[in-house]
Amino acid sequence: MTPEPRRLVVDPIRCDAHGLCAELLPELIQLDDWGYPMISADPVPPALEAHARRAVKACPTLALLRAGNPVPVEVRPTNGQRR
Amino acid sequence: MSPDPQRLPRLLATVGRSDLAAHVGHWGPRPSGDHLLTELARSGLTGRGGAGFPAAVKWEAARRSRATVVVANGTEGEPASNKDKTLLIHAPHLVLDGASLAAEAIGATEAVICVDQSASTARRSVHRAISERIHYGQDRVALRVEATPPGYITGEESALVAWLSGGRALPTFGRRPDQSGVDGRPTLVNNVETLANAALIARFGADWFAAVGTAESPGTALITVSGDVSHPAVYEVPFGTRIADIITRAGPTSRPQAALIGGYAGTWFGPADCATAPLEASARSGVPIGCGSILVVGEASCGLKATAEIANWMAGESAGQCGPCANGLPAIAAGVSRLLDAASPQRAAVQTDRWLAMVEGRGACKHPDGTVRMVRSGLCLFADEVDRHRRHGDCRRPAPPLPLPRYDGAVV
Repeated sequence: MTPEPRRLVVDPIRCDAHGLCAELLPELIQLDDWGYPMISADPVPPALEAHARRAVKACPTLALLRAGNPVPVEVRPTNGQRR
Repeated sequence: MSPDPQRLPRLLATVGRSDLAAHVGHWGPRPSGDHLLTELARSGLTGRGGAGFPAAVKWEAARRSRATVVVANGTEGEPASNKDKTLLIHAPHLVLDGASLAAEAIGATEAVICVDQSASTARRSVHRAISERIHYGQDRVALRVEATPPGYITGEESALVAWLSGGRALPTFGRRPDQSGVDGRPTLVNNVETLANAALIARFGADWFAAVGTAESPGTALITVSGDVSHPAVYEVPFGTRIADIITRAGPTSRPQAALIGGYAGTWFGPADCATAPLEASARSGVPIGCGSILVVGEASCGLKATAEIANWMAGESAGQCGPCANGLPAIAAGVSRLLDAASPQRAAVQTDRWLAMVEGRGACKHPDGTVRMVRSGLCLFADEVDRHRRHGDCRRPAPPLPLPRYDGAVV
């Protein structure tokens, strides 16, 4: 198994500004003027690893991702179509 | 026997004679694309769609992932650009040669030429050219035309691929066309001008191609000049040409005070930069030409109004998929418009700057970044203008003539 890449990214198309990530990980995620997350480009420090994992799991639209991980295709509408 | 490499125009050499007989008569028959990749790498050809990425690197990636389809991107949703349509009208066979050669070089079996559905003359030209080629058996791969929906974003690589796969023409996130493109198949997407150049490299070689231009950006560029000029048109110039010389050729109607280089997602430059800076494909040296357009603002026009109008138009062209772009661009556009008013508060400028920083880099595609670049460079270049508007109100000068097509069906 390859080690988990440690930076967080957001799929801006999936993100619907629920804002849970910023609540669970305010150290690395702030919300912009419209409620969308602005995510630190720094790697997740080991001390925040558990919180980061929780934030990824908590995202209702699965928009919060590990950098370097493929976009979860099975939950993405194909062909660029929106639901 | 190669034509004189110094002789221009190159890509537009056959203007007015776009049929296959004239094409083959001028350029000679199409060679095979089987060994083109090496020569393409040696030529240093850069992509002409805006990013200026080395074409050979893109082709090699597509070949390695066993791409089966080539997309020739001639959608040209950029209002300040007319070079792709011009090329498709006057040299369709050069583009088709390039598409066909690219397919052979990377092992693809089909090539799709994408043209805006409202660009009927360009579309007819390509249709006619393909019919001729089928009749004379020119190609080993299947060529077809797709009439793409209007919109600035349609030509964005991932949006075009999504549309060709049966979806809507909207950008996607996190997928590369060379890995997962049309219908999930690995795909090579190239601008039509890039492919036309590849067709010349295949015939006459890398050295011939690079005989004009600069070391970093070899060859010629098709440049659309518009705005405050008496001869708005597409000009073919070698890379390295100074911006001011191109503007002079187009006949400025009043002394140029600024030029927006590289389309509505481009950068504003002042006269000093235009006078010294050479045209380049990337920003490493000189002025990056982006999609290949120069919008001239003369002294009789207001550059701040142009910035505001273009920002507003770009906000309207957001696909609306990503929150920061869908919310941020209208906010930025409104912010710039406020600067046109007398006594606009200082905080309007500060707020706009804040939004520019907030939006940058946060879209699935580069649409927000391009808008940020245009607005930021405009507010910097037209800082005196902002000040004048604040102190004296309307400058009573109009924006330069701007093509601002309405993509809700009608093309203005």
